[in-house]
Amino acid sequence: MTDNVKSCLLCGVGGQGTVLASRIIAAAAMAKGLRARTAETIGMAQRGGSVVSHVRTGQDIASPTIPYGRADVLIGFEPGEAVANLKYLKRGGTLILCRQEVRPVTASLGQSRYNGNDCIEFLQKAVEKCYIIDGEKICRECGSPKVLNVAVAGALCADGGMELTLEDVEKAIRQRMKPKLVDMNIKALHMGAECIK
Amino acid sequence: MRELLMGNEAIAIGAMVAGVQVVAGYPGTPSSEVLETIAKRNPGNIYVEWSVNEKAGAEVAAGASCAGARSLVTMKQMGLNVASDPVMCVNYIGVKGGMVIYVADDPGPISSQTEQDTRSFGRYAHIPVFDCDSPGQAFQAVQDAFDFSEKHGTPVILRSTTRVCHACEDIEVPEIKSCGECSGFEKDPRWVIFPKRSYEAKLNIMSREPKLSEEFSENTSWNTVEGTGLTGIACGGISYAYVKEAIAGYEEHFRILKIGTPFPFPGTLAGEFMKSVDKVIVFEELDPYIEDALIYECGRLNINADGFISGKRDGAVPSGGELDPVMVSHILQKLTDISLAIEYDEQDTPPLPIRPPVLCAGCPHRGAFYAVKKAAEGKNAIYCGDIGCYTLGNAAPLNMVDTCLCMGAGITMAQGLNHADQGTVNFAFAGDSTFFASGITGAVNAVYNQADMILCILDNSTTAMTGHQPHPGMGITMMGGRTEPVDIAKVLEGIGVASIRTVDPLNFEETTDAVKAAIDEKGVRAIIFKSPCIALVKPDKPLQVNADECIGCMNCINEIGCPALITHDGKAFVDSSLCTGCTLCSQICPADCIRKEEKNND
Repeated sequence: MTDNVKSCLLCGVGGQGTVLASRIIAAAAMAKGLRARTAETIGMAQRGGSVVSHVRTGQDIASPTIPYGRADVLIGFEPGEAVANLKYLKRGGTLILCRQEVRPVTASLGQSRYNGNDCIEFLQKAVEKCYIIDGEKICRECGSPKVLNVAVAGALCADGGMELTLEDVEKAIRQRMKPKLVDMNIKALHMGAECIK
Repeated sequence: MRELLMGNEAIAIGAMVAGVQVVAGYPGTPSSEVLETIAKRNPGNIYVEWSVNEKAGAEVAAGASCAGARSLVTMKQMGLNVASDPVMCVNYIGVKGGMVIYVADDPGPISSQTEQDTRSFGRYAHIPVFDCDSPGQAFQAVQDAFDFSEKHGTPVILRSTTRVCHACEDIEVPEIKSCGECSGFEKDPRWVIFPKRSYEAKLNIMSREPKLSEEFSENTSWNTVEGTGLTGIACGGISYAYVKEAIAGYEEHFRILKIGTPFPFPGTLAGEFMKSVDKVIVFEELDPYIEDALIYECGRLNINADGFISGKRDGAVPSGGELDPVMVSHILQKLTDISLAIEYDEQDTPPLPIRPPVLCAGCPHRGAFYAVKKAAEGKNAIYCGDIGCYTLGNAAPLNMVDTCLCMGAGITMAQGLNHADQGTVNFAFAGDSTFFASGITGAVNAVYNQADMILCILDNSTTAMTGHQPHPGMGITMMGGRTEPVDIAKVLEGIGVASIRTVDPLNFEETTDAVKAAIDEKGVRAIIFKSPCIALVKPDKPLQVNADECIGCMNCINEIGCPALITHDGKAFVDSSLCTGCTLCSQICPADCIRKEEKNND
């Protein structure tokens, strides 16, 4: 793997929009003239199961999936999933974490133990560059639960780990989304960026 | 224009560039997007259909090929089993228009019943196989496969795997022009398979194979050797990408043989490669296909394969599941003493939830399963499941899938169970698409052989699990036209099923009563549970638990396991972002405290 390749792993629960987020990030990289590859979980696992999307940009991408220890940025749409996928993050890499936990049926039935706050505490200790996003608040203020994926893309730009700018993503949003959704998503993008301080 | 294309989209567009004229298939993860993409980007005159199953699709494609059209049939590896009857035969009659059989394999498996390898199937069927290692390469491979098919008069299998099918890559997409006219069918005895003709065809096929193998050995774009190192690596498909990632920075140690046409195996090229290295490590998913082919070549060349070839056969590489770059790097380090293993940190983590896939919140299948469970309480009931979203009815707390084998098998397994174990009440669950694909023959078998069973059709008016493809019961086709929907109840009536009930599975009382009545009858009884997939309809207002009235019995959570129901301070709580307002939980709440939200949250 050469240095020109940047890698971002997105993880969450089926239905949270990781696939769309990975497409937006890839499109932003392409809008900038970079090459892009993604790899995603589609199918059975999407039904409330754990999902991951791999995004890699740059000229010399070998594997579409990111090896453990080689993600520049890890985006966790859910605390437990972020912990489960932490081994992908390189030393010194950035973690962008959405605060809200998604409780699986197995936890409600008492078959597995899960506490989202314990996971957040663990991640804050384990990762130096750990940014927490209040996704629920952003979605509420933008008026749609579907803008979370764009908000994390905003945080990704502000962090700089993938070397993408807000303008790159804005370009991708304008290219890919219906005109009536553009303003709302650009607002979410900037709110996401503001979470990185 | 450069577009970010999924592997399956790249194959679809490649097929259109190659001038495909007729496309058929049956949905199956990870193959479905090929046909959908062609339908979506159809310049107008490509005929595209979702067939009722893969056998029908392969026969449609074979017919089109006889007429001189370039034809494509798409399926997942499980579908190839269904299609194997025509696929095994079509090589004997040959093709006129190029015919490509696209099969997506599923290492892992991630969403399949088996880890079967279509490369091995190609060898068994004597059909040439092209493999895909990236979306960009697959875009070209499908075009080459059509040319190769027509050049040699043989069907060609194009194989890929999940990580190619569902990976995206930025690809330059040419303008798609309308496909040409086909040359038309000409009557000829060759299109009629007969034992004597099959004998002659077999001789032709077998004598052709060494020539095709040589053509593959000579074509350096399909099968490649790169590097000058003394440690050989043989690979194909996605494992090539993993190898490249794993050896980055250490390339000088290795020489890589990449097999892009696994059958007929390019033995000459592989032999030369083996003579140029000290050892060979084989990385491939599913079967040790390349490995066995190399061991065969060793025999021809008098090379002792023992200790020379490492792979699945000697335990160096896992025999099941997917590979990944980290795994490849660690195996290489162990076998070569070159310090290239990809390092990463692993820490003790807090307890993590188990997150198996589950039926969605509001899924009507939940209501159907729960009603059957309650109606059959106290009976010695056996629940035969099938392939689709409703396989997820196996999860706790429903536990409503006792067997699951393959498409349509639930209906027929229930009969076998009943003939063998007569004290049982036998239920078989099949979705609407599964019923059309391979359930009807099982239903006929049940009526003809006087089985005693209850056939439960879970009709959500779509093929949900694979991404909501239309089927014969829906009245729409992939050409955009409307058609008269095939009525499941009328089909059952025509077959001679004595009692047929249609119920709304989200009405608990009505459904439970219907199931109880069916249990009291004899013979083949059918219940159609009809309610649309929640992913296709606008959700109703979410429900709310009145916390003051909730007695904390957790009946709602423990009985139906809806993901929208969680616990909160010892009481049940509805996650309004997930709830679709199906009301099943409110119908079973003993305290009657779950109701529609007063405020409109839209």
